[in-house]
Amino acid sequence: MGKTNFGGIVKSVCLEYTPEVQCGDYVLVHVGFALGKVDEAEAERTYRLLNEMNQLSELEVESELTAVPAGRAEAP
Amino acid sequence: MKYLDEYRNGALAETVVREIRRIVTRPWVLMEVCGGQTHSIVRHGIDRLLPPEVELVHGPGCPVCVTSLEMIDKAHAIARQPDVIFCSFGDMLRVPGSKVDLLMIKAQGADVRIVYSPMDCLKIARANPAKRVIFFAIGFETTAPANAMAAWQAKRQGIQNFSLLVSHVLVPPSIASILQSPLNRVQGFLGPGHVCTVMGYREYEPICARFQVPIVITGFEPLDLLQGTLSAIRQLEQGRAEVENQYARVVGRDGNRPAQALINQVFEVCDRKWRGVGSIPKSGYKLRWEFREHDAERLFGVKEIDTREPADCISGLVLRGVKKPHHCPAFGKECTPEHPLGATMVSAEGACAAYYAYGRHLENPVEESNHRAGGRVVQEASA
Repeated sequence: MGKTNFGGIVKSVCLEYTPEVQCGDYVLVHVGFALGKVDEAEAERTYRLLNEMNQLSELEVESELTAVPAGRAEAP
Repeated sequence: MKYLDEYRNGALAETVVREIRRIVTRPWVLMEVCGGQTHSIVRHGIDRLLPPEVELVHGPGCPVCVTSLEMIDKAHAIARQPDVIFCSFGDMLRVPGSKVDLLMIKAQGADVRIVYSPMDCLKIARANPAKRVIFFAIGFETTAPANAMAAWQAKRQGIQNFSLLVSHVLVPPSIASILQSPLNRVQGFLGPGHVCTVMGYREYEPICARFQVPIVITGFEPLDLLQGTLSAIRQLEQGRAEVENQYARVVGRDGNRPAQALINQVFEVCDRKWRGVGSIPKSGYKLRWEFREHDAERLFGVKEIDTREPADCISGLVLRGVKKPHHCPAFGKECTPEHPLGATMVSAEGACAAYYAYGRHLENPVEESNHRAGGRVVQEASA
């Protein structure tokens, strides 16, 4: 078992399925079980791809689209 | 929170939408499989940011919604018995069976309790040795590791008075079933990120090959869903049909091996009946024979029950992506989250409940076509 902080709320979580997890890691939790560790390198890679797309498109004409409403969904 | 906020960046979302508009040349129908994704799409109005060529239909991935009426009636029959403590996730309590729901049974004096995790039931069972404690173990592959652990620990620790009423369902057979239907409209899938965290995505590869559809394993934040949509549309436009992994920050091809090992030790694959859809071969888990002493279905021997669904509910068609919630004449009128008529309205993750929560029952069809054409952002209803 380990203590997990969900943006301020701390709960005990079973780490049986994620033996590799260290203090400070981010984990995906479902019904009291950590099911996977968030891979920092992959998270950055995904985000970098998106950012690159953004930089490329700045060269194009401005879109007529309005912005996405800011979401405040809880962690799934 | 880290790894969440970045994936809600409005400027980046615009860029992805623009890229989808740039590459799309004709109409395509995509289905998001998971109820969590449906909820996020409707909440953030993502379907309305997309160009009119791209239609999102909503899949069968709400576990509460697809739990069969028979199984819910069985749960009710067990919960009513004396010396029983019946435990369930909270969203199962308001789901109507043929006659009542678990909340009504609780109000009539039954000991029905909401738990956060199946492991909580083991504590309840130890503290109440004279009672029989049952957990209503529903869910997709995401919930199976927790339920498997509860059964395994109960057996290991000899907790005789704990059992599970298992109604587990599996994603790959359900999407294969959707694709085989003569009514099918779906041409590509946003795959279920959290199911694949557990199971990996190897089992989706033969589905892509067999049915020639792209499946993009996708996360739950707005940018995840837009990026997954972009990848699926790109594949369709290029004539490819592969598994891609948008949610690589959590999902690997092999999934969580220790979790799969315990699932296989505790459960075996079985045919399963889905509410609104019917029986799908090899689409569920049941407890293995070794765990029969913790199998509530065996212990309580509830007979097949005569069930009744309202005739005017189209949830079966909604679950298969053939219809959308607002196509139903009862949507938002006779059928609401307070008085759900069928599967897709009973849980917050159901497509009809999500449409209702964000005010789409208040719109008329003309308005809807304006939204689609203009990509106008719709204000969220306070939910």
